[in-house]
Amino acid sequence: MRRAWMTFCAALLLAASLPAAARAQDNADCLACHGDRSLTTTRGGRTVSLCVDGKKFAASVHAAVPCVGCHADLQGKEMPHGTPLARVECGTCHEKEQKDHAASLHGQAIARGDQLAPRCVDCHGNHDIAPVHSPSSAVAPQRVPWVCGKCHQEGSPVQRQRVIHEDHILENYSESIHGEALLKKGLTVAATCVSCHTAHTILRHTDPRSSINRKNIARTCTTCHSQIEAVHRKVIRGELWEKEANVLPACVDCHQPHKARRVFYDQGMANADCMKCHGNPAIRASRGGRSLFVNADECARSAHARTACSQCHSEVNASHVRPCETITKKVDCSSCHADAGRQYQTSTHGMLAAKRDPNAPGCTDCHGWHGVQLRKDPSSPIFPTNIPDLCARCHREGNKAAVRYKGTEHDIIERYQESIHGKGLLKSGLTVTATCTDCHTAHGVLPMADTASSVNPRNVPATCGRCHLGIEEMFNASIHVTSIGKTDKRLPVCNDCHTAHTIRRADTEGFKLTIMSQCGKCHEEIAKTYFDTYHGKVSQLGYTKTAKCYDCHGAHDIRAIGDPKSHLSRENVVATCQKCHPGATRRFAGYLTHATHHDPQKYPFLFYTFWGMTGLLVGTFVVGGVHTILWLPRALQMRRARRHALPPKKEAS
Amino acid sequence: MSQQAEGAVEVTAAVPGDTRQYLRFSRLNRVLHVVMIISFMSLALTGMTLKFSYTSWASVLSRILGGYETAGYIHRMAAVSMVIVFIVHVNDLFRRRKKEFGTWKAMLTGPDTMLPTKKDLHDFVGSMKWFVGAGPRPRYGRWTYWEKFDYFAVFWGICVIGSTGLILWFPEVFTLVFPGWVINVATIIHSDEALLAVGFIFTVHFFNTHLRPEKFPMDIVVFTGRMPVDEFREDKPAEYDMLAEAGTLQEHLVDAYPPIVIRAIRTFGWMALGVGFVIVVWIIYAMVFAYR
Repeated sequence: MRRAWMTFCAALLLAASLPAAARAQDNADCLACHGDRSLTTTRGGRTVSLCVDGKKFAASVHAAVPCVGCHADLQGKEMPHGTPLARVECGTCHEKEQKDHAASLHGQAIARGDQLAPRCVDCHGNHDIAPVHSPSSAVAPQRVPWVCGKCHQEGSPVQRQRVIHEDHILENYSESIHGEALLKKGLTVAATCVSCHTAHTILRHTDPRSSINRKNIARTCTTCHSQIEAVHRKVIRGELWEKEANVLPACVDCHQPHKARRVFYDQGMANADCMKCHGNPAIRASRGGRSLFVNADECARSAHARTACSQCHSEVNASHVRPCETITKKVDCSSCHADAGRQYQTSTHGMLAAKRDPNAPGCTDCHGWHGVQLRKDPSSPIFPTNIPDLCARCHREGNKAAVRYKGTEHDIIERYQESIHGKGLLKSGLTVTATCTDCHTAHGVLPMADTASSVNPRNVPATCGRCHLGIEEMFNASIHVTSIGKTDKRLPVCNDCHTAHTIRRADTEGFKLTIMSQCGKCHEEIAKTYFDTYHGKVSQLGYTKTAKCYDCHGAHDIRAIGDPKSHLSRENVVATCQKCHPGATRRFAGYLTHATHHDPQKYPFLFYTFWGMTGLLVGTFVVGGVHTILWLPRALQMRRARRHALPPKKEAS
Repeated sequence: MSQQAEGAVEVTAAVPGDTRQYLRFSRLNRVLHVVMIISFMSLALTGMTLKFSYTSWASVLSRILGGYETAGYIHRMAAVSMVIVFIVHVNDLFRRRKKEFGTWKAMLTGPDTMLPTKKDLHDFVGSMKWFVGAGPRPRYGRWTYWEKFDYFAVFWGICVIGSTGLILWFPEVFTLVFPGWVINVATIIHSDEALLAVGFIFTVHFFNTHLRPEKFPMDIVVFTGRMPVDEFREDKPAEYDMLAEAGTLQEHLVDAYPPIVIRAIRTFGWMALGVGFVIVVWIIYAMVFAYR
């Protein structure tokens, strides 16, 4: 673009110069005098050469431009011309650059009349301006540091007399990863001063338009480091860096300007600086007086050992003597742990925290502070075997969460400890056993009634299925899922039979016996009739060897009787009976396992047998009973009579 | 009335001072009754645990009996014992027919027959009258009508409960022939007939033979086989008269058992009575207060 623009200007000037040539004002005329090396003048008390090297000019990017094209005030003037000449206006052709420069820090200084402010020629040169991409250009990448460094180096008038916040700029840059690449390894695409500060639009970092403003720095760095999100993963997520630059550390917070290295930094907000104050056990907050002591050893052993203080306490500002004085907010763990943070905000814990409920647990209540440990570390409060105790801090009966709870689950900690999961975890030390967080999730804890909750009836099979996958698959094909068992009644899920916190081994006697009443909660009639049969009666006596609901119907794979895959389908029922009755036949399977003698329509045989037997029973008892009762007075009479008649021989036998 | 007067005259048939007693039951019959009591009690206890499984009583008892499986074995073994009692008794009938009567007709139509007779009907009507004070006590013979009823009730019960019990014992075998619901029907019949048997034995039979005030607290004739002649004459006047007339009473008199034997028998009797009463109380509780 720029090249095209310049070609266009050159063409214009060329056209303009044609009549001028007629007036014999071409470059050769100028060089007639200015080609002389001894041509000098005195300016400001100093002798200044006025010689223009014709060769160099011919090699320059402006070779085709006549002298009067730039020195416009000499247009049409008689030779030799008078002095001094007016200042050359590069902006005549380079309008945009001129404008940018005028708005920049440098341009503003010129406007103020600052003598030290750089103009075009200070960086680009004058008659010998090489094409910008030519290695011999004054602003070729490898020369840029020196161009800028002319003013911005230690001891220069600018550095001494103007307010420049950074020091040893050139020195630091040359030792930085960018400087080394450019200067030592000749990598011309390495960032130079202008890569970050721009060439003409140089502005103070506090100016929102500046390329090095906090808000823009990420965009500036990503011009080259376009895949940097991958390196910084969730810190920035591509968008956060730009959208929420205020909560995130900007590039320069960690990779300090001019000093960006591969190694970590010992200066600024490095941990050592923080520990200068916070390593003192006596340090307390001026407001509230809470301890601000940070145990460095604890940090060093923590999961965040390689995380700098400033990465969490991101509001620190390196330009302050106490970088932490700019901190206004608490540490936001979600800056890095974005998924956990988002989940937490939707959880009961997070929603309570949003309402500023004093009981609401935050990240540190569960994870700890500077000594935070990974889940796999046995000393971590979130190590599986520690989780029940962690949750119990609030959820044990009488504690702050338990007293708010209005549901039906009580003594959950104690019950859990006695459950198969609790015993597995705490007695056997089986760390893959389900703990509180396996079912309730760690960060998305929601009450059961919430449809998004992992323990909502809709989601329970999937939650249990995370470990018990085979069971879940069977269950999902059973009549107890809504897609198959079409009913408006509530269908059972895992915990309806297994309970939530008191889950027992399914092969224990107690479980086997209670499961019948669990089925009976919904299948009331069918359970009642079951208890009228031999199977039911023996089970009711407390024995587990006779058939119970699941022995015939299956446990998780209960299907409609009409389903060919059902244990009780025509194809399978005999085999099902044969599990216990090896000699069972199809006729044997005709036994009515849920028979009742109270239903004359369904079971007329049983109904009439029962009432026939009852009639016989009642009839016999009535006759026998009446006979006995009528007999009683006579029998008493006989006893009295015999007593009188045979007083001495009472016990003859 | 005239019969009673004759009996009063014939009291001399027994020699005064003779303490021998009338032998009412043979040794075999006594043994069979004891075996039957034991098997019946066992059947009742083990069976009722299942029938009334919904009471807490039942599960405790089931544990005491060694669990439902052991109880099941006890139940079946007791059933087998009772069937053996039944077979031995029938066999004894055949033996006695041959030895004592010669023909079935002689045995079944004689005065000591177990079959119901016209006299039983008269006795029953007479008893009703006596109960309401409209007549004297009938002169009962060797077997009263209620004793005959009890006797045939056992026949009926063994057939009904035994056959259904067999179906329940071997359901796989029986369903080779019968449809599956026959097991359900057999269950109802077995259980209700058993309830009838247990209820009847432990109330009506107990009263008729033990708790009747004139026999109270128990009549041990079925264990000793013998009863005092005075009591015999009073209880079974028709039979006494017949023996007295024939002059064969002396042939039926034997020595009484020594007191220690009597005490042992009474102890056994008390135990049987006690178990029976407990079962009755339990049934009433289960049927009236815990029925579902």
